[in-house]
Amino acid sequence: MLLSEIVKTINAEVHTCGDEMDLMIDSACGADLMSDVMAFSRGNVMLLTGLINPQVVRTAEMMDIQVIVFVRGKKPTPEMCDLAEEKEIVLLSTELSMFCACGVLHRAGIVGRGMSSE
Amino acid sequence: MNSLFRKEYEIPANDFSVAGEASSSVRKLLNQLGVDPPIVKRTSIAMYEAEINAVIHGNGGKALVQFFEDKVTILISDEGPGIEDIELAMQEGYSTAPDRIREMGFGAGMGLSNIKKNADEFVLESEPGKGTRVHITMYLL
Ligand SMILES: Nc1ncnc2c1ncn2[C@@H]1O[C@H](COP(=O)(O)OP(=O)(O)OP(=O)(O)O)[C@@H](O)[C@H]1O
Ligand SMILES: [Mg+2]
Repeated sequence: MLLSEIVKTINAEVHTCGDEMDLMIDSACGADLMSDVMAFSRGNVMLLTGLINPQVVRTAEMMDIQVIVFVRGKKPTPEMCDLAEEKEIVLLSTELSMFCACGVLHRAGIVGRGMSSE
Repeated sequence: MNSLFRKEYEIPANDFSVAGEASSSVRKLLNQLGVDPPIVKRTSIAMYEAEINAVIHGNGGKALVQFFEDKVTILISDEGPGIEDIELAMQEGYSTAPDRIREMGFGAGMGLSNIKKNADEFVLESEPGKGTRVHITMYLL
């Protein structure tokens, strides 16, 4: 699925790297625990999270995650946006809750990779 | 065998805003050297977990990274409180991280086992009162 379609599907605001809307995204993970993202997320290029701090961006960098979606109306700080621009990571935010954002995206064909065999 | 080159980094204590910079720099170097992406990723994960541990548990420390033709060796050392029971610390789910760290999404007790999972060689040396040394070796070929 094109990132531009994902932005429409979850009615997201784009905070960084607006020129990367032609990225193809086929899998994602949702987590507030960065420990879990580090330990279990394999090959996901998009992370949905309710957590706001610079370490989320750094964790994404280490895991080759290219897109972070902040749920429930939370917005990244300017410091996080600067860091994300530097690392070329797209930051999005949506008013949807974690559950709803994941649900909508899953229905649209995005799968999860990690512990399960999906 | 002599290393091709080496890099040293300071890991500042409790400064969560820069935690990960050393790992990020090594990751960039490996990519520039054309190392296989899955190896870069495993290296990044292992080093980042050790770097974060030095920040949150070890009062900050140092990273020494040596690049060889066929491998990279990473030493993350700190002079923090050390680990009393290494076997216990290695268990998934064991963590002494304070709430402040948990609120940032860390402290699930997954880090050390995740290093073991991703590193080709992993040695943890620690003694209460003397600090901690994490040795990670990654084969590049
Ligand atoms: N450098 C260190 N100095 C002192 N104690 C450490 C150090 N590294 C790890 N430990 C101890 O070992 C425990 C387990 O470490 P581990 O990295 O597995 O989990 P964590 O850091 O608590 O949580 P996570 O890594 O999931 O964020 C820590 O909670 C801490 O008590
Ligand atoms: Mg840890």
